[in-house]
Amino acid sequence: MGRTWLERLNYVLVLLLCLAPAAWLVWRTVQGDLGANPIETLIRQLGVWGLRLLIAGLCITPLARIFKKPRFIRFRRPVGLFAFGYILTHLSTYIGIDQYFDWHAIWKDIVKRPYITIGMLGFTLLLPLALTSFNAAIRKIGPKTWRRIHSLIYLIVPLGVTHYYLLVKADHRPPLIYGAIVALLLGWRVAAKWWPVAARAPRPSVQP
Amino acid sequence: MLIRDAADLTENDVTPKGLYLRRREFIAGAALGLGLPALAEAAPLPGRKSVYSTPEKPTPREDITTYNNYYEFGVDKDDPARNAGSLKTRPWTVVVEGECAKPGTYDIDTLLRLAPPEERIYRHRCVEGWSMIIPWVGFPLSTLLSRVGPTSKAKYVAFETLYRPAEMPGQRRAVLEWPYREGLRIDEAMNPLTLLATGLYGETLPNQNGAPIRLVVPWKYGFKSIKSIVRIKLQATQPRTAWNVSAPGEYGFYSNVNPEVDHPRWSQATERRIGEFKRRPTVMFNGYARQVAPMYAGMDLRKYY
Repeated sequence: MGRTWLERLNYVLVLLLCLAPAAWLVWRTVQGDLGANPIETLIRQLGVWGLRLLIAGLCITPLARIFKKPRFIRFRRPVGLFAFGYILTHLSTYIGIDQYFDWHAIWKDIVKRPYITIGMLGFTLLLPLALTSFNAAIRKIGPKTWRRIHSLIYLIVPLGVTHYYLLVKADHRPPLIYGAIVALLLGWRVAAKWWPVAARAPRPSVQP
Repeated sequence: MLIRDAADLTENDVTPKGLYLRRREFIAGAALGLGLPALAEAAPLPGRKSVYSTPEKPTPREDITTYNNYYEFGVDKDDPARNAGSLKTRPWTVVVEGECAKPGTYDIDTLLRLAPPEERIYRHRCVEGWSMIIPWVGFPLSTLLSRVGPTSKAKYVAFETLYRPAEMPGQRRAVLEWPYREGLRIDEAMNPLTLLATGLYGETLPNQNGAPIRLVVPWKYGFKSIKSIVRIKLQATQPRTAWNVSAPGEYGFYSNVNPEVDHPRWSQATERRIGEFKRRPTVMFNGYARQVAPMYAGMDLRKYY
């Protein structure tokens, strides 16, 4: 299938959509519009958008299979890398701005606070995925290994939701909504193994 | 930091007579103003200076009135400023009952005239790890309690916030147990630092800050300082408190600011003062140890967190 101008346009649109929350946050920062506690707002917003993009990434394969649009699969890489970018910035803001590189306090947080332990674990597991999201890396390790590494995402996203759930004080509804969506997306993958319609749909390929 | 109490006062601290008389005019004026129908806008409520005030620079009013934990109006920090306009703070009564000689129902405007308003600039430390400097206006809770005469059985004071889901949209979901409840031990309630606040920055309280009357207990985490009070009950047993019911392992009855005792999910060793970049170390009893530490002598503060 050749790359038409429409496909290129769609790709650029997806990139712009992934970039929009970051642009919005930069704009609000410049305008001084992040509220009384701007550091907390930044950390929270970056984390939430990282999680949303991870979940958006999990939506792509089911959508491609259900709507028989195998070319959707090429959006997984930019969406996943943007999710990583938000989460990396989220973590960097916590380390560099919130804790001001107080490594002693950060280490104590990691070992003592379950939500930070789980967040750090999720981030660590995300690293090999980000590092193998380039054509050269995929060629080097081969599609089988690539697939195995990238199936870690089924563990990482629930860790992200748990991280969110554990830090909420009283209103657990938002993290539970994210959790329900993730459960649905993972459940679809289990069901698709036995679901003939899904099985007949074109299988996604590794290469975009 | 210099925190003085009455014992430290010298001749120099006495208010000059001229100012003192002007303050009386002020109060007379304020009392006149209170006779008028209540307006939604903030009315002037000046308070005389207090030795209990911190010399630290107050947090901007804008931050104090837009960054609030007041779950009755929503769980996000900016929800109360957006949603609290629906609350009607007149007519308003506060029931004082239980173990006391003279229980009764007080109209808010009577309460406002109970004692001359004082400005108390207090440090405010939230259990979430942020803090502010807030210029409250109000009068000591002990003034009201002394008036009703607690009996010897009055070991604790229980407080309740208004329950009115029609005006408090957050109460339509059971995020916490409604109405919000808080409590103090009687000695904590009688401590001169413990304030019934009716104003902020020289004006009556904005709704999102707990209008028309709220508690301020500056050596405890902010959630102890219950807002929009409608009931005060003196009792023999330790009262039920909203956050303790919600998560008993995380929010104790005492909840004194204590950098040594971490919240199970986050450290309490440091705090971010709103408006500052770097976190600063949290101080025992939020810097009020001199006035309050003796009340907890011999108590294991890890056990009674």
